[in-house]
Amino acid sequence: MHVPDGFLDAPTSVATGVVAAVAVGVALRGARRELDDRTAPLAGLVAAFIFATQMLNFPVASGTSGHLLGGALAAILVGPFTGLLCMATVFLVQSLLFADGGITALGTNIDLMGVVTVLVGWSVFKALQTVLPKRLSMVAPSAGIAALVSVPASAAVFVLLYAVGGTADLSLSTLATAMIGVHVLVGIGEAVITFLAVGSIVAVRPDLVYGARPVLETRELQIRTARAAT
Amino acid sequence: MRASTKVVAAGLLLVALVLAGVVSYYADSSPDGLNKVAQDKGFSDTEKEHAAGDGPFAGYESSFIDDGRLSGGFAGVVGVLLVLGLAGGLTYAVRRREPSDDRT
Repeated sequence: MHVPDGFLDAPTSVATGVVAAVAVGVALRGARRELDDRTAPLAGLVAAFIFATQMLNFPVASGTSGHLLGGALAAILVGPFTGLLCMATVFLVQSLLFADGGITALGTNIDLMGVVTVLVGWSVFKALQTVLPKRLSMVAPSAGIAALVSVPASAAVFVLLYAVGGTADLSLSTLATAMIGVHVLVGIGEAVITFLAVGSIVAVRPDLVYGARPVLETRELQIRTARAAT
Repeated sequence: MRASTKVVAAGLLLVALVLAGVVSYYADSSPDGLNKVAQDKGFSDTEKEHAAGDGPFAGYESSFIDDGRLSGGFAGVVGVLLVLGLAGGLTYAVRRREPSDDRT
């Protein structure tokens, strides 16, 4: 869903650039609390993994493809602030080196595919964690559902941006139907990849998955109670 | 089954390199959701030429390699390593230093 140069007008692109810069600034401060000596090396690898996976377009409908966005995945693996830093790095490299996503649209792309997917993905994941049983087996399915929701949310925000600063005169309801429709399908692929990636790491090292830590803490507390009782 | 952090890290890197370097050749080349909608709704012509469109890796191809498989694969590997270096360096720089935290 990389937005090229020219889809949005200059004022809108400047505004989205400012929002992206502020978001990255906030993430730089917030990431400090998420990263320690153990998890910091993994954050770069998560960014590299998302870059690689974004190259893999899968078919979603006739003549249409989609690829992972990865904001929900990044947020759940390394934390939302660090996740946004990972996503912003991916979009910067894609735009400057691979001509994927416009340079004036870099802020737009960080906002849509980074800020929105991280915020929506993380919020849905945390909400599910609150209502579902606190078990490790719930982490990967919750991550998949969070990923599924994050993609059409991102498409919906694109439509809002297009309503503000789109360079063509379009029926916004038609654009919304088309964009959200196709991105629900992309979201299914996003959900599968996110489920598999989070599930694989939870299976071998749940303590390395940021979103799994509250569950692990609950588990440790239960062990201590049992020890006290004996 | 429990793996050391090094094994998890090596696994992630290996998967990223294989996906970008090899599997990417088999990716679907159809337009993505946004580009397809732009074509169908008639605003794809508002796209402006990319300012970095002449770069050596534009479009995930290495312009100096003729073979299609190698060209895309090499571009993918360069991208993975560059993203790893930038994001890894950035997150390493902002991380919490544990010894100073523990001793306070």
